[in-house]
Amino acid sequence: MELLAFGDTGWGDELFRATLMTIAVSITAMLIGFSFAAIFTPLKLSKFKFLNLIANIYTTVIRGVPELLVIYLFFFGGSGAIMFVASMFGYKDYIEINAFVTGSFAIGIISGAYSTEVFRGAIQSIDKGQFEAAKVLGFSKFKQFYKIVFPQMLRLAIPNLSNVWQITLKDTSLISVTGLVEIMRQSYIAAGSTRDPLFFYSFAAVLYLLLTFISMKLINKLEVKYGRGY
Amino acid sequence: MDFELMINSFPKLLNAAVVTLKLLSVSLIVGLFIGLLFAILRLNKNIFINKFAYGYSYVFRGTPLLVQIFIIYFGLGQIESLRSSFLWVILKEPYWCAIIAFALNTGAYTSEILRSAFQTIKPGIIEAGKSLGISNKIIFYKVQIPIAIRQSLPAYGNEIILMLKGTSLASTVTLMDLTGVAKYIISTTFKPIEVFIVAGGIYLFMTFIIHNLIKFLEKKYSY
Repeated sequence: MELLAFGDTGWGDELFRATLMTIAVSITAMLIGFSFAAIFTPLKLSKFKFLNLIANIYTTVIRGVPELLVIYLFFFGGSGAIMFVASMFGYKDYIEINAFVTGSFAIGIISGAYSTEVFRGAIQSIDKGQFEAAKVLGFSKFKQFYKIVFPQMLRLAIPNLSNVWQITLKDTSLISVTGLVEIMRQSYIAAGSTRDPLFFYSFAAVLYLLLTFISMKLINKLEVKYGRGY
Repeated sequence: MDFELMINSFPKLLNAAVVTLKLLSVSLIVGLFIGLLFAILRLNKNIFINKFAYGYSYVFRGTPLLVQIFIIYFGLGQIESLRSSFLWVILKEPYWCAIIAFALNTGAYTSEILRSAFQTIKPGIIEAGKSLGISNKIIFYKVQIPIAIRQSLPAYGNEIILMLKGTSLASTVTLMDLTGVAKYIISTTFKPIEVFIVAGGIYLFMTFIIHNLIKFLEKKYSY
């Protein structure tokens, strides 16, 4: 237990901060994923075959390629790509992107592919009559989306989004390969310097279980809130 | 775009894909047995057995696969009694550690898939068997298991693809699988995009094959 003490003697405070980092990366990645989903869900549902194709390539490639490979692409390719763009504007110095940004972006793109599929499924399962009724009542496209489609989509999407959240949360452990100090990386450091990997990795497992458990409870509350009247 | 690198790295990556497929197939076979065992335990009426099986699937589904591999590969070697036992022959090999972790992980997901499949079997089918005087054991093996397998095919197909992606974590315990070799080539040539296209292409091809195989089986066993 002294291994978990707060302060200089133990790893308690480091692990606590690492847990906060995991939560921060997961939430950032989830939000980045939502913005990707906001772009690609309309493309998926569009009437134009070409736009469908673009969205399908995105979701198929990301969901068919290992997360670790995507992270390596961003880790090794990220600063190169930024430097290439910067060099076009005449900036020649070396640019290093922060591990947090690369990590959240890589996980965010993965999470976005899953979110896109969830939102697409949710919108498609909304009753057709709802769209027709909105049209008959003279709702504008914008109003139709915000007042009718969006609220129903949320209710239908929340159970599946909770799965996406769980996947995202667990995927953040892979960012440890880029050196960002989240739960996994901190456990790795602690295990290395105390020569007690069994304890620290098991403790990391407990922390992840705790995070998934708490988030499940919170999401269940949301589900009840948005499911009112059904 | 460095096409020469792409062409040169293709055979290396293809060789590494064989390692990935080996890891995948062995852990899927072991995982299927673990999954079936725990699915049956989940349906047991004894509350302790039931809770134990639930706990297993909860822990393995609630923690990242990376943690599970690290506990088995780095953690178990710390236990003195284990190091002197015959198990050490297996546990000192990263290959077997990865397979144990993958099998236990996919076993947890498979047990959930099979459990829900068992629960969706209509009671009428079992009752029909009983009224024909067939013993419970034979009903289980000849009726419930085949129906459950058919029911769980779509979900199990997803699990195979998730596991295919999961095997990439073997590269974190020094195994040179497809992702491991890809990372090695990237870090020596600093050409991430080219290598990603080739390695990702091989992964996508494997996903495509698995997807179609499952679709074929679904059609074959549909009723």
